[in-house]
Amino acid sequence: MLLAVLSGFIFALLLVPFGKVLKGKWSILLSILPLALFIFFLQKIPQVIDGAILERNQWVPQLGINLDFNLDGLSLIFALMITGVGTMVFIYTSYYLKGHVYLDRFFGFLCLFMGAMLGLVLSENLITLFLFWELTSISSFFLIGFNNEDPASRKSALIALSVTGLGGLCLLAAGLVIHGITDSFSIVDMLQSSTMMQDHSFFMAVVCLIFGAAFTKSAQFPFHFWLPGAMKAPTPVSTYLHSATMVKAGIYLLFRLSPAFSGSELWHYSLWCVGGATMVYAAFQTLFRDDLKSILAYSTVSALGILVFLIGLGTEEAMLAGLVFLLVHALYKATLFLMTGIIDHAAHTRNVSELSGLRKVMLPVAVAGFLAALSNAGIPPSFGFIGKDLIYEASLHTGVFPLISTVALVSTNVMLLFAGFLAGVRPFIGPLPTKYKDLQAGSPRLWVPTLILATLCLVIGLAPGLISNSLIAPALVALGIQDYALDLKLWHGFNTVLALSATTIGLGLGLFFLLKPSLNREEQMLKWEKYSPLAFFEGMGSLTFRFSTLWTGMVQNGYLRNYILVILLFLMALIGYGMWGNFHPKIDFTQLLDLTFYETGIMAIMLGAIVFTVFTGSRLTAVAAMGVVGYSLCLLFVFYSAPDLAMTQFAIDTLTVILFVLVLYRLPKYLPFSDSRVRVRDGIVALGFGGMITLLALGVLSDPMVSEVSEYYSANAYKLAKGKNVVNVILVDFRGMDTLVEITVLVIAALGVFGLMKLRLKSRERIR
Amino acid sequence: MEILLALMTGVLYAAGIYMILRRSLVKLILGLILLGNGVNLLIFLLGGITKGKPPVIPDGPAVLGEVFAAPLPQALILTAIVISFGLQSFAIVLIKRAYKVVKTDDLDEMNTTDENA
Amino acid sequence: MKTLILRTASNYLLPLLLLFSVFILLRGHYLPGGGFIGGLIASIAFVLHAFANGLENTKSLLRTHPGFLMPVGLTLAVISGLAPGIFGLPFMTGLWYDEAIPVIGMIGSALFFDIGVYLVVIGVTLTIIFTISESA
Repeated sequence: MLLAVLSGFIFALLLVPFGKVLKGKWSILLSILPLALFIFFLQKIPQVIDGAILERNQWVPQLGINLDFNLDGLSLIFALMITGVGTMVFIYTSYYLKGHVYLDRFFGFLCLFMGAMLGLVLSENLITLFLFWELTSISSFFLIGFNNEDPASRKSALIALSVTGLGGLCLLAAGLVIHGITDSFSIVDMLQSSTMMQDHSFFMAVVCLIFGAAFTKSAQFPFHFWLPGAMKAPTPVSTYLHSATMVKAGIYLLFRLSPAFSGSELWHYSLWCVGGATMVYAAFQTLFRDDLKSILAYSTVSALGILVFLIGLGTEEAMLAGLVFLLVHALYKATLFLMTGIIDHAAHTRNVSELSGLRKVMLPVAVAGFLAALSNAGIPPSFGFIGKDLIYEASLHTGVFPLISTVALVSTNVMLLFAGFLAGVRPFIGPLPTKYKDLQAGSPRLWVPTLILATLCLVIGLAPGLISNSLIAPALVALGIQDYALDLKLWHGFNTVLALSATTIGLGLGLFFLLKPSLNREEQMLKWEKYSPLAFFEGMGSLTFRFSTLWTGMVQNGYLRNYILVILLFLMALIGYGMWGNFHPKIDFTQLLDLTFYETGIMAIMLGAIVFTVFTGSRLTAVAAMGVVGYSLCLLFVFYSAPDLAMTQFAIDTLTVILFVLVLYRLPKYLPFSDSRVRVRDGIVALGFGGMITLLALGVLSDPMVSEVSEYYSANAYKLAKGKNVVNVILVDFRGMDTLVEITVLVIAALGVFGLMKLRLKSRERIR
Repeated sequence: MEILLALMTGVLYAAGIYMILRRSLVKLILGLILLGNGVNLLIFLLGGITKGKPPVIPDGPAVLGEVFAAPLPQALILTAIVISFGLQSFAIVLIKRAYKVVKTDDLDEMNTTDENA
Repeated sequence: MKTLILRTASNYLLPLLLLFSVFILLRGHYLPGGGFIGGLIASIAFVLHAFANGLENTKSLLRTHPGFLMPVGLTLAVISGLAPGIFGLPFMTGLWYDEAIPVIGMIGSALFFDIGVYLVVIGVTLTIIFTISESA
C-alpha cells in the first residue's frame, strides 16, 4: 500500500525530467497510473470484506509517527472514488488541455494530489494524516492558480490555501491534544478509547479543532467561500478536487472520527447546525447564479452540508445514507462538471442564459447531462433516488428535531434539483442559436469519461447489489456499525418517504420551469457580497496587513542605532535589576600601591588612544589610535603572563591596521552626521553601560575564584597531551574540535570576503 | 591593579558603544573592534590575573607550580582575537561593498532593503 | 612606499620571517607560540613583501593563489583528527611517536593539527588582504 500511496509522488517527480516527452499526444498514457491504482483497490475488496488491512511502515518511531496505512471499508470507498474519478479526469485532461505549455506541470500536480489524497484516506496515524492533508491543500493551491497570469486566479488560490491551511493547523493541534489524551497518534487506538476521550477535560478543544479542520476543508458555512472562488481552476481540477475528492476530506475526517465522538451532544448538535445552515444557504445561492460552474460550486457546498448534517444526526440510518449519498454525489457532480467543461470548451461561455439547444450538436454530452440531472434530482430509477430515499428515512427517524430536519432537507433538495436541471438539462433543450450551429462535442476523450460516469449513476440505481455488500457494508463496519440489515433497493412501497420524494420532484420541476436563469439576477445577488463571510475574511486580511505594516514601521524602523540603543537599554535594565540590592563588591584600594611605572604608563597611553579614536575628526588618525589601543592591550598581556595572547594580539592588530588603511583610502571623510543632543544621549548611554560593566567586573572579582577547569588542564597537559604550553595544548588537543570549527569559520569569512570583492556589480544594483 | 583594569574595560565598552551608535560606517567598525578588545580584556580580567607566571610548564616537573595564570581564558581569548579578525575583515569588505552600491556611508540612508527607497 | 631600503630589506626579511614563523609553530607545544601565531607571522612576512615589491611580485613568488592553502590546511587538520580512527581510537585522540626527534621534539597528531591551523591561517589572512588590496 505504501507503494500505491507513493506512486503519485514518484510519478510527479518523474514528470520533471520526462514531462517534455509526455506533454504531446502521449499524455493520455498517464491515466494508466490512476487506472492501475483503481484496479489495485478493486481487487482488495474481497479482503476488506473479511476485515481491515493494516500495513505498518516505520518512519519516525521515536515520536510515534509512522507511515501506517489502514484499508477498511471507509478508506476503500474513498480510495476507489479518488482513483476512479481520477482515471476519468486524467483521460479528459489529456484532451481538454491539449497543447498547453504547462501540461506536464498540470499532470504533475494532479499526480501529487492523487498521492496525497490516497495517503490522507489510508493514513492510520494522525500526524501523517495531517501531512497528507496539507499536501492536498498545497497541490490544490497550485491547481487553482494554474492560470497564474490571471490575478483573480492567483487570489482565489491564495484564499483557498489560507483557509484550508488554517484548518490543517487545527488538525495538527487536534492530533497533538489527542496524543496528550491517549498517548498515541494511532487513529485505531483513539477510536478504542472513546470514553476516555469524552470524559477528558480537553474533549471540547479536540472537537472544536477537528471541526476547524473539517469545516474549512469541506467548505462549510462560514468557511464555504473559498470553494466558489476555486472555480477559477481549469474544469478537470474543479471536477476532481473541488467536487469529488478533496473537499470530501473533511467529510472523511468526520466519518472516520465519528465512532470516537458519537454520543457527545456537542458533536451532534454542532454538526447538525453547521451542516443544516450550509446546505440551505448554499442551495439558496444556486437560485441566483447564472454561471454553470458557480451553480455547481454552490450545489457542491450544499451537498457537503447535507453530508455533515447526516453525520450530525449520527444514527445508523443516517450514516448509511451519508455513505450512499457520498457516492451518488461524486458520480453525478463529476459528470456535471465534466459536461460543463465540454460546453465551455466548445461554446466559450458558461452562462446558462446564453446556452440552449445544444443536444442537436453534442448528443452524447446531452445524454450524460440528463442522466446526471436525473440522479441529482433523485428521480427513479437513478442511483440518486436510492440516496434521497435513505436521507429522508434517516431524517424522519432521527431523535433530533425530525420535523425541522426533514423540512430543511426537502427544501434543500428542491433547490438542488433545480440547480441540477439548470446545469444538466437547460443548455440542451430549446432551439439551437445559429451561432452554435458548428459546435462539436469534441474528441471522445472528452465525452466518453463523462458518459461513463453518467451511466454509472443509472446502472448502480438499477442494480444496487453491485455496491451494497462490496462497499457499503464494510464501510458501515468501519464506522462501528456491525450487523446492519443492509437492503439497498429502488422500491420500498408507498410510504411517507415516497411522498416526500414525489413532493421534492414536483416542487423542483415546478421551480425549474418557472424560474428562468438570468445574468441580471446574479448581478443583483453580487451586491450582497460585501456582507458575506468572504468579504469579512478579506477585510481581516487587509486589517492584519495594515497592522503589521504599522507595527513594523514602529519597531523595525531600519535604523541600526535605534535597535542597538533599545537592546542596550534593555540589557542595562535587566543587569541593573539583577545587581540591585545584592551587589557588595569588596574593593581593596591598597592594591593600587603595587602599581609599577610601566603599568600606569600603558594604562595612560591606552586611555589617551581610546579618547583619540573616539573624538578625532580624521579617519586615519582614528585607525592609528585604534592600533595603539591594540598594542597597549598587547603589552598588558605581556605584563600579566599571557605571551601567546600578546603575540597574537600584536600580529592581528598589525594586520587590521593594514586592512583599514587599504580600504579607508577609498572611503569618504567623516561627516558631522549627528547633532549634539543625540551625541550627548549616546554618550550617556555608552558611559552608563561601560560603568555597569566595570561594576560587574568588580563584583565578580570580589567573589572567590573557581578555576577547576584551568587546574585540570594544567595538571594533565603534560601527562595526557605531552605538551608544556598549556594554552597551546588546550587549543590543539583538549579542545581540538573547537579549533577545527574555528578555522572552518575563518575559511568561510575569507571566502565571504573573496566573494564580496570579486563579484561584479550588476547594472541593476547600481543606484544613482 | 584589578580596579584599573576593570575601569579600562568599562572605558573600552563605553567607547565601543558610543562609536557603534554613530551614523558613519567606518565608526561602526572601529566601535566593533574597540568593543571586541573590551570583551577580551573582561574575560582576561575575570579569569584572574597573575604577574610573570605564564601557563607554561618549566623543564623538569610535569605539572605547573602553585601560582600561574589561568590557561583557559587565554585559550578562549586567543581564538576570539583570531575570529574577530575574520569578522572585522568581513565587516570592512561589507562597508566597501555597501559604499560602492549605495554611494553613502551614512547608516541612516541604509534603513531599507528596497532599492531607491 | 617602494623605497630601495625597504625593498632590499624585505627580500631578506621574507625568508627570515618565514623561518621564524615555522620555528614559532614547532615550539608551540612547549613554549609560547603555535599554529595561529606562526601563521599570522608568516602572513605578515608576505604582506610586508607585498608592500615593498608590489602585489604582483609577491603573487608570482607564491605561484598559486594563497586561498589554495585553506583547503590543504583544513584537510590536514581533519586527517590528523581522523588518524586515531585507524587504531580504533575516538576522533581526535592524541597519537604520539615515542622517540623525541632533534629540533622538532615530540611528533604526534597534535603537531599535524597545528600545521593544519598554520596553513589555514596563512591562507585566510593572505586571501583577505590580497583580495582587498587588489580591488581597493
